[in-house]
Amino acid sequence: MMANTVEAEGQLTPDEQKRLTADMHRSLRRKKIRAVFLVAPLLIFIMVTFVSPIATMLFRSVDNPQVSEYMPNTTAALAAWDADSNELPDETTYAALVEDLVVGRENHTIGKAATRLNYEKSQMRSLLTGTARKAGRLDPPYKEQLIKINAGWGDIDNWRVIKRESAPYTLSYYIAAFDMETTPSGEIKMLPEQQRVYLKMLWRTVWMSLLITALTLILGYPVSYLLASLPMGIANTLMILVLLPFWTSLLVRTSSWIALLQGQGVINDVLVWFGLVGDDNRLSMIYNATGTVITMTHILLPFMILPLYSVMKTIPPSYMRAARSLGATPFTAFFKVYLPQSVPGISAGAILVFILAIGYYITPALVGGQTGQFIGNMIAYHMQSSLNWGLAAALGVVLLALVLGIYALYSRLFGSNNQMTLR
Amino acid sequence: MALPSYAGPLETFWYYAFRIFCGVVFIFLISPLLIIIPLSFNVEPYFSFTEGMLAFDPDAYSLRWYEEFFGSERWMNAIQNTFIVAVCSTILSMILGTLAALGLSRSELPFKGMIMGFLISPMIVPLIISAAGMFFFYSSLGISQSYLGLILAHTALGTPFVVITVTATLSGFDYNLVRAAASLGATPTYAFFKVTVPLILTGVISGGLFALMTSVDEVVVAIFIAGAEQRTVPMQMWAGIREQISPTILAVATLLVCMSILLLSTVEYLRRRSETIRGITPH
Repeated sequence: MMANTVEAEGQLTPDEQKRLTADMHRSLRRKKIRAVFLVAPLLIFIMVTFVSPIATMLFRSVDNPQVSEYMPNTTAALAAWDADSNELPDETTYAALVEDLVVGRENHTIGKAATRLNYEKSQMRSLLTGTARKAGRLDPPYKEQLIKINAGWGDIDNWRVIKRESAPYTLSYYIAAFDMETTPSGEIKMLPEQQRVYLKMLWRTVWMSLLITALTLILGYPVSYLLASLPMGIANTLMILVLLPFWTSLLVRTSSWIALLQGQGVINDVLVWFGLVGDDNRLSMIYNATGTVITMTHILLPFMILPLYSVMKTIPPSYMRAARSLGATPFTAFFKVYLPQSVPGISAGAILVFILAIGYYITPALVGGQTGQFIGNMIAYHMQSSLNWGLAAALGVVLLALVLGIYALYSRLFGSNNQMTLR
Repeated sequence: MALPSYAGPLETFWYYAFRIFCGVVFIFLISPLLIIIPLSFNVEPYFSFTEGMLAFDPDAYSLRWYEEFFGSERWMNAIQNTFIVAVCSTILSMILGTLAALGLSRSELPFKGMIMGFLISPMIVPLIISAAGMFFFYSSLGISQSYLGLILAHTALGTPFVVITVTATLSGFDYNLVRAAASLGATPTYAFFKVTVPLILTGVISGGLFALMTSVDEVVVAIFIAGAEQRTVPMQMWAGIREQISPTILAVATLLVCMSILLLSTVEYLRRRSETIRGITPH
């Protein structure tokens, strides 16, 4: 733009003008490079320490190396077999299987393939490990002998499962994460009602998070309104009551709620002392969904109040007074004038609380009992106890997609203006 | 917001009902923090008040759980680990975050929105997912169950806070001050340390305190990627609450509440100082 102005004044020769433009470009490029260099260290750091772990998890959820890696001969032999042919594989496949079982037993790797196949069909583990114990003593031809050892080797469905899972990538963890199964014929259908776990858990996580969000809004809105309308000095003092819990460790707050809510806890003691409930009839407010909701509402309430407060602080009190002076009742004035202006705060607070709630793990694990567990607890269970990491990864990806989807929707609706930035 | 003199009875009722409701919410917010303080001095191994405590019998109170805490090698070890990890990751977060914020505040930076999205992603992604992903990735690199792994993980979780607070501080930054310094002959480095740094320091420090708190309080990632040797205070608390509840947990909790009071006061002090420096008077 500047080059144009200079040209209009006609004081520069074309040569000088070209040089000036080049200089400016160079200077701009240098500035750009400097900015990139400032950002680069952190960007690289986050890419390595944070984004690649997430990408690893995405990969884990479809990665399927166990069968093809630990049963390579069987995998190769099955490639030629037609799974829809209704005929058992031929002798070469059985010979390949025996070879894999013997090698797998020596290297202690057959258990990994067996565990993987067991996710798809129960009894596969005992079929493989049981046969592996005897496979070393067999002589060819193998087909008849194997079927004699375990009739499972005469079942075409078992071979179909092995063939299907010998592929290097699989969607079966996602199928499991959505409470579905692949039938031996390759069809994908929902599990019977009583066996569905994860969709129920996901649904419970979503509605309990919504409930917690609604509760924090109901409790937080009036308080933010009060804080925003009180004189600065008093408001700052009362703000400590919001900020102190905010700055206090999550585990501290969770353990104090255990002390408050448990059967022999403070609240029950007070109720018994007042004679409101019988000593043998104490309320069970913890180790169930109630415990999770109360504790998480307390923990997340500051995350609702802070964005609400920062938005309400910008609403001039004169607007309400103007509405009143024009004849509006206090309720009309509030609903028509104040509430609409506080919507950005409501949306920011609600989205923040909801996103935080939906990924919770620690608090439900400590106070949730059976009925107050979240999907995060399911992920942790498969990571640490059942060691079905593929399923844990798939559930994690589902949760991540949900959170990012909600976040994207929010940015779309309310702009990416960072109310989310705490204060 | 005093009640106007022309208020009718209904409005008067609402006015008081509203204030009482707010009072109840404030009690809800603060009472869990206050209740653990007396409970931590319980002489009995219970999580509830004994009759002696309610009668203010001095014999019902003791420092037993504090002695147990300070005498326990496990807890002292956990404090040491928490300290090492928190300090290292906070310093790293502050350096990386401040540099990035300086870059982000320049208008010449390309793909600003996308970069910002990546940089604050550790704040948006649920911790359980970060923990699972880091477990897979750090194990394959062989740095899980090590101080290095835990420090890197906590740094990643802490940097968004530094980036956000410093970017916010820089948004009100007057670049003419740097130009003035340059026109008076200061080299860019000199101007940076003598002009820019003092002005953004409050933002850097409060971002650093957020990062510090994140690391000190962080348990999800820690239980996934730290080994027994790196056991931090939150990990020890988590194990303590799950296995058997002893009032030692409450003694630790009380000390942590004291620490959060200290941190809160520091952050508030810094915020006010920064507002004064930037010429924003509190209204």
